[in-house]
Amino acid sequence: MSSNPTTQLPYRKKSLWMNAWKRLTKNRMAMLGLGIISLFIFAAIFADYIAPYRYDEQHLDKIFQFPNKEFLLGTDQNGRDILSRIIYGARISLQVGFISVAISAVLGCGLGSVAGYYGDKIDNVIMRVMDVLMAIPNVLLAIVIATTLGPGLQNLMIAVGISSVPSFARLIRASILSVKGQEFVEAARLVGCSDARIIFRHLIPNVLAPIIVQITLSMALSILAASTLSFLGLGIQPPIPEWGAMLSSGRMYIMDYWYLVTFPGIAIAIIILALNLLGDGLRDALDPRMKK
Amino acid sequence: MDKILKISNLKIQYCTDDAVVYAVNGVNLELERGKSLGLVGETGAGKTTTALGIMNLLPDPQGKYIDGKIYFNGEDIIKQSIQTMRKIRGNKISMIFQDPMTSLNPIMTVGDQVSEVIRLHQKVSRSEATIKSQQMLELVGIPGERYSEYPHQFSGGMKQRVVIAIALACNPELLIADEPTTALDVTIQAQVLELMEKLKKEFNTSLIMITHDLGVVAEMCDKVAIMYCGEIVEYGTLRDIYKGAQHPYTIGLFESIPDLDTKVSRLKPIRGLVPDPSELPPTCKFANRCSKVTEECTKADPLVINVGGIHTVKCHYAKVVD
Amino acid sequence: MNTMIEVKELKKYFKTPKGLLHAVDGINFKIERGKTLGIVGESGCGKSTLGRVILQLLEPTGGEIFFEGKNITDINKSTLKKVRKDMQMIFQDPFSSLNPRMTVSEIISEPMYIYKTCKNTREVGEKVIELMDTVGLVRRLENTYPHELDGGRRQRIGIARALALSPKFIVCDEPVSSLDVSIQAQILNLMMDLQDEKELTYMFITHNLSVVKHISDDIGVMYLGNMVEKCSSDTLFKRNYHPYTKALLSAIPKINIDVPRNRILLKGEISSPINPKPGCRFVPRCIYAKPECYNKQPELLEIDQDHFVACHLVREINNI
Repeated sequence: MSSNPTTQLPYRKKSLWMNAWKRLTKNRMAMLGLGIISLFIFAAIFADYIAPYRYDEQHLDKIFQFPNKEFLLGTDQNGRDILSRIIYGARISLQVGFISVAISAVLGCGLGSVAGYYGDKIDNVIMRVMDVLMAIPNVLLAIVIATTLGPGLQNLMIAVGISSVPSFARLIRASILSVKGQEFVEAARLVGCSDARIIFRHLIPNVLAPIIVQITLSMALSILAASTLSFLGLGIQPPIPEWGAMLSSGRMYIMDYWYLVTFPGIAIAIIILALNLLGDGLRDALDPRMKK
Repeated sequence: MDKILKISNLKIQYCTDDAVVYAVNGVNLELERGKSLGLVGETGAGKTTTALGIMNLLPDPQGKYIDGKIYFNGEDIIKQSIQTMRKIRGNKISMIFQDPMTSLNPIMTVGDQVSEVIRLHQKVSRSEATIKSQQMLELVGIPGERYSEYPHQFSGGMKQRVVIAIALACNPELLIADEPTTALDVTIQAQVLELMEKLKKEFNTSLIMITHDLGVVAEMCDKVAIMYCGEIVEYGTLRDIYKGAQHPYTIGLFESIPDLDTKVSRLKPIRGLVPDPSELPPTCKFANRCSKVTEECTKADPLVINVGGIHTVKCHYAKVVD
Repeated sequence: MNTMIEVKELKKYFKTPKGLLHAVDGINFKIERGKTLGIVGESGCGKSTLGRVILQLLEPTGGEIFFEGKNITDINKSTLKKVRKDMQMIFQDPFSSLNPRMTVSEIISEPMYIYKTCKNTREVGEKVIELMDTVGLVRRLENTYPHELDGGRRQRIGIARALALSPKFIVCDEPVSSLDVSIQAQILNLMMDLQDEKELTYMFITHNLSVVKHISDDIGVMYLGNMVEKCSSDTLFKRNYHPYTKALLSAIPKINIDVPRNRILLKGEISSPINPKPGCRFVPRCIYAKPECYNKQPELLEIDQDHFVACHLVREINNI
């Protein structure tokens, strides 16, 4: 803004996020989680180049092959390379993870901040609706929505997204309630800020930390929910590879061909673990009490 | 004169990954039995650190004793074992903290909190402890019937009285009070100070009163030590400091306070800010704010000069008076 | 128009589960342009609530507020926004009164953006620098965050923000109570200089009597939502009439060690502002209380020239 030269600053422009990032990098488990997730993201983006085969490429003469040199993780009942299907599956799982969490976060934050800021009747109405949604088990809710909307990736993401809205709404509402009483909010009102400006410019930026942590943890839950739905036959349709669907179709062969379910299962487990490690690390790194 | 406390060249630092904070830098203090010392300074002067140092309660692992000795009744506190310190704290040396809201356990009744301290240090039965606890509460002006009430049912002033009751329950020889009335209204402060004065006389407790309020010190203390950047820049009797202050910081403090009796159009603040405690100069630490600064001040660290009686000043320009 | 602010029978009650809390209960005063009215009292007296009600951060339960002669009590949102330009506040806590996620220049410039007082971003930037100079903040601190600065500097940011819209009236809610003594003096001097330069009118709320004496022209003493005494600053300290004022002043620890301590100790604690009993609120602690004090609440009456006291026994107690 000003044209003043700002050399020799005794007070460096220290970003609050840089501090948090420094703390995060010191946490080995969190970095491990971040590394694994990055690997999966890489695999998802460059699947076409990494995967040895296409995910729907059938080798009908080589079905039910145990892991060998040609097919590193074996082939399934249609002769498709399991490794390739897992790599492409990452794309699906991560997509579902990101987009459904985006839906929950936006809707949840919107509802939660309105409830927290205005309080009273608005708060009551919104939170009771959230309570009803929360009373229904997550996955069951997703199933109901998915069944209503019909199969397909898009509806899967909507279903999973909506089922996570209450946890975000509650979290934001609580965070906003705690920040709402601070004097700088009064000051903002005094200098003419509208309600919307107060919520977006003053309140939400100060409650980002728990939101970020919740996002990472919700991603894990979303991926799991998507896998469950696909396992049950809702959501992804074959031949699109989704880890949960792979588990489902491999179920009946588990006694003879254990690798059909083991490898997709491990993939699910690893990414959930990685997201949780990162989420925990973020929670510690962003904890304002540790800042001082 | 029997010296209950003697601190020699105490140096304490806080060591973190980012920086080292030089909290206490060569403090020398003495306290006679039954007397009270006011430890005055602003935020970051090192008063609370000194107090925690006396109690051997420095935060672990950041707080470190770098040098010096703290003699309590002749024994060096720093060298004592954890078990010995536990027997001393609450029993021989007690501390009152600033904020009564957070000093009390919200889920224990006030009576139980006083009894707890009694039972920890004295071999008495539960019922005996309860009786003693009630007596202690009465002594601080809380009716005995309120024994079973919880802290949230009391006002700030009453909570602080409970804190005082806990601190004095075992009749300690030394009481360290860290800003005990700062959070209280002035009329309540008057009540609490009156109470502390009365109890101090009754039990012959020695007192270290840590505060930034020169008015409170004038009421309660026999001797005063002014702290700045972890050093005692001036020390003496009440009269020495209030009527004959020599260190520019001490004088600056008195001039910053609006006086009720005289009228001035503008106050005379001390210009500048306290230096960063992790980057203290080896020369006079007050130099950058001093109105009387000369080149000498930026060349060498001033010595502690005795200007008469027990009055000492850490300044190049201290004058001996007769 | 010489009267900047006038307040008539101003009331603010809060509904609590235990009953109606009388935070501000019928306050009357006037503040002239360019003057400072100090409001003193201890915790629970309602002074902070009073400040917020005048600025309409809280809606008054009763009474009227006049700004430059105009009634601003029941106005609509857009008129209120216009009025807000002239009335600002400096807050007590330099830590919680600044948004930790905004830089110094963002905090100071926000009001200018909202009210569109400048033509373009460059002009805003210049005004921010000007304000920072006025309050004594070094220019290079523009892009720093509040948490990187000490209490004194933060309070200067708060003052700069309050001045951004060039207001005429500023409510100062304990602006120096959280600061070290040597910094307090700096900030008080700054505020007094600004008042002279810009002809500001202050309402200075504090519990610190030495500070209020220094900065105020007139002082009002509050107790449990009522104003019990109001007079000029000098008069309050030389010739006060209300028993609470006497006790309050005698409670202050004296720095002059040769003056004998003449303390009036109040018995008991402040009573509850919830569903207060009829009669004078100070009765439970007053050593002079007589039966009439229990029945009827005393009115704030002019006893001497410009010296108002709310006490039934004011003449007996002071031999006038």
